[in-house]
Amino acid sequence: MPRDSGALLLCAMAESEAEIVVEDPDAPAADSPAVTSIRTVDMVVSVLLVGFAALMAFDNWRTGMSWAFDGPQAGYFPFYLSVVLAGAAIYGLVTSYRSKSEAGTAFVTRDQLRRVLQVFVPTLLFILGTQWLGIYVASFLLVAGFMRYVGRIAWWKCVLTSFLFTAAMFVTFDVAFDVIMPKGPLEAAFGR
Amino acid sequence: MEAFGLLLQGFGVLLTWKILALMMVGLILGIFVGVLPGLGGPNGVAILLPLTFTMDPTSAIVMLSCIYWGALFGGAITSILFNIPGEAWSVATTFDGYPMAQKGQAAEALTAAFTSSFIGSLFAVLLITFLAPSVATFALRFGPPEFFAVYLLTFCSFVGLGREDKHKTIISLTLGLLLAGIGMDTVSGQLRMTFGSTELLRGVNFLVAVIGLFGISEILLTMEEKLALRGHTASISLRTVWKVWREMPRYWATLLRSSIIGSWLGVTPGGAIAASFMGYNLAKRFSRDPKSFGTGRIEGVFAPETAAHASGTAALLPMLALGIPGSGTAAILLGGLMVWGLNPGPLMFVEHKDFVWGLIASMYLGNVVGLVIVLTTVPLFAAVLRVPFSAIAPMILVSCAIGAFAIQNAMFDIWLMLLFGIVGYVFKKIGIPLAPFTLALVLGNRAESSFRLSMIGAGGDLTVFWSNPLVGTITTLAFTLLFWPVISALFDRGKRLLLPAKSERSGPA
Repeated sequence: MPRDSGALLLCAMAESEAEIVVEDPDAPAADSPAVTSIRTVDMVVSVLLVGFAALMAFDNWRTGMSWAFDGPQAGYFPFYLSVVLAGAAIYGLVTSYRSKSEAGTAFVTRDQLRRVLQVFVPTLLFILGTQWLGIYVASFLLVAGFMRYVGRIAWWKCVLTSFLFTAAMFVTFDVAFDVIMPKGPLEAAFGR
Repeated sequence: MEAFGLLLQGFGVLLTWKILALMMVGLILGIFVGVLPGLGGPNGVAILLPLTFTMDPTSAIVMLSCIYWGALFGGAITSILFNIPGEAWSVATTFDGYPMAQKGQAAEALTAAFTSSFIGSLFAVLLITFLAPSVATFALRFGPPEFFAVYLLTFCSFVGLGREDKHKTIISLTLGLLLAGIGMDTVSGQLRMTFGSTELLRGVNFLVAVIGLFGISEILLTMEEKLALRGHTASISLRTVWKVWREMPRYWATLLRSSIIGSWLGVTPGGAIAASFMGYNLAKRFSRDPKSFGTGRIEGVFAPETAAHASGTAALLPMLALGIPGSGTAAILLGGLMVWGLNPGPLMFVEHKDFVWGLIASMYLGNVVGLVIVLTTVPLFAAVLRVPFSAIAPMILVSCAIGAFAIQNAMFDIWLMLLFGIVGYVFKKIGIPLAPFTLALVLGNRAESSFRLSMIGAGGDLTVFWSNPLVGTITTLAFTLLFWPVISALFDRGKRLLLPAKSERSGPA
């Protein structure tokens, strides 16, 4: 039988009534090795921004970035914004290259990255699932799966919570307010 | 007096069972997101925004603003009971709030926090009631050049006064303005930066970006943290409330000072954080016993809470009267209004009178109802922290996806939301501020079209921005703020040259 203790957030009732204690046994360790430094990420982002700015500048130059008789053309504003963006990003690239403090600070540690991926990967799968299965089925799978595999909560609780949540969403958006949402084969089978 | 009559009318609009019920739901949801780890004002409003798409504008904005009040109230609960500030502006509340809880005075501290928040908001709402109409009337005379000057002032004040690295603020601003420009050019109708994609034709939707930047990225950031916590529970009895309220008039000077500071700083962007610290520090300085601050003094809770809430509320003043939000959350509310084709600004006071005064009336009512709710339900909300995050996180993710899709019924927007989630996560970690980005994205098109309309009007002559005293003053002020760091450095240098003999810290006695 699975242990009914949320590994992410274990809900422990404290002995005394006046305290709430929540444990997090899976927490990232403080001494976990850094995957990369702030400096590296800062520099990568700066390079990406310069690239983005160049692309935008090119497109706006194509659209027309000069000053017509009655004021700027459509590409004028965005063109010069890209120039300013590129300038600020290049400045940032140089300062972060020189920065010692940024080099010494971890952007993300290995433990932290593991936890971030624990959310990011399911989110990615959820969005992919939404395209094929519709948002309601995908959301049922996401909530139940996440609670089960990341939170390690008893499976019947996961299925029940997830079902109630998804049903509430379906009733609110589809039945009560007629908001169009991506739907899949299951909804089609029920003729909705 | 005209304001008073209109306000009464506003109350008339609100007093239906439906709106009152929505108000309660909004407040409870707001407190809920305020209490949850890692969520707060802007994130909460962004995540819950989609819920309101199904409503009429009045109900929607009443509910949204109630979510905002609720989130503000909720932040105080975690600050005092768990020493976890939900938002940067709650940090100062922990200084004396948490020590009070440790001494067993959690109930008093919470009552003090809630009541002073209420007073701060009330002060700011009164200000909005009596000042916003006059500001709007004044701004009705604004033409495109004046509006552009005001937008410029907003952007420049971020760069000049922000505490982040200047180049990072500039990156954030220009990137936001660029993304706002994607799609159809509003003046000439030309397409730009779409690269032939039909999805980009609509442009980057502000709300999709906000849901990603604040909602998704916040989940990623929260997961990185150690989610363990330890704190007190408290229930507030009527006797405690009475005791604190009876003590309160003694601190009228602190309350008034904090309200004024908060309202003043709230009108400028990013003011709530500065306001809460300034309120706290000034209360400490003016106190007869400054050393006792930090050991659990009730005044140390009154001061920052009043200032933070006055500031959070006052941020709505420029949004309503000029269409320029004074904070990130106000920007999101502005985006929410634009969903219904309501354009906040001076014209709204003329064209949608009922709506504006309904909103202002809801600020009064929302704060009163909010105060009652938090005072009675604190134990319940403190217990929310026991719900495992592994159950809450996926539900928030689903709500975000539903919201992003519902705005334009586009699957592409869900992917865009995820992309903005990653961008927000990385930007927050490398210190690129998100508030200028948000503001630029929501104001970008208006700023550009007001610039180009003034150019068309003036035949391409840039001196139109100095053509009359009003616009000239605003434009000059904008440039002064932009170069403020340089100017103040020059001043300091000049002073040192003039007074070479004086030592560094001999300043005014």
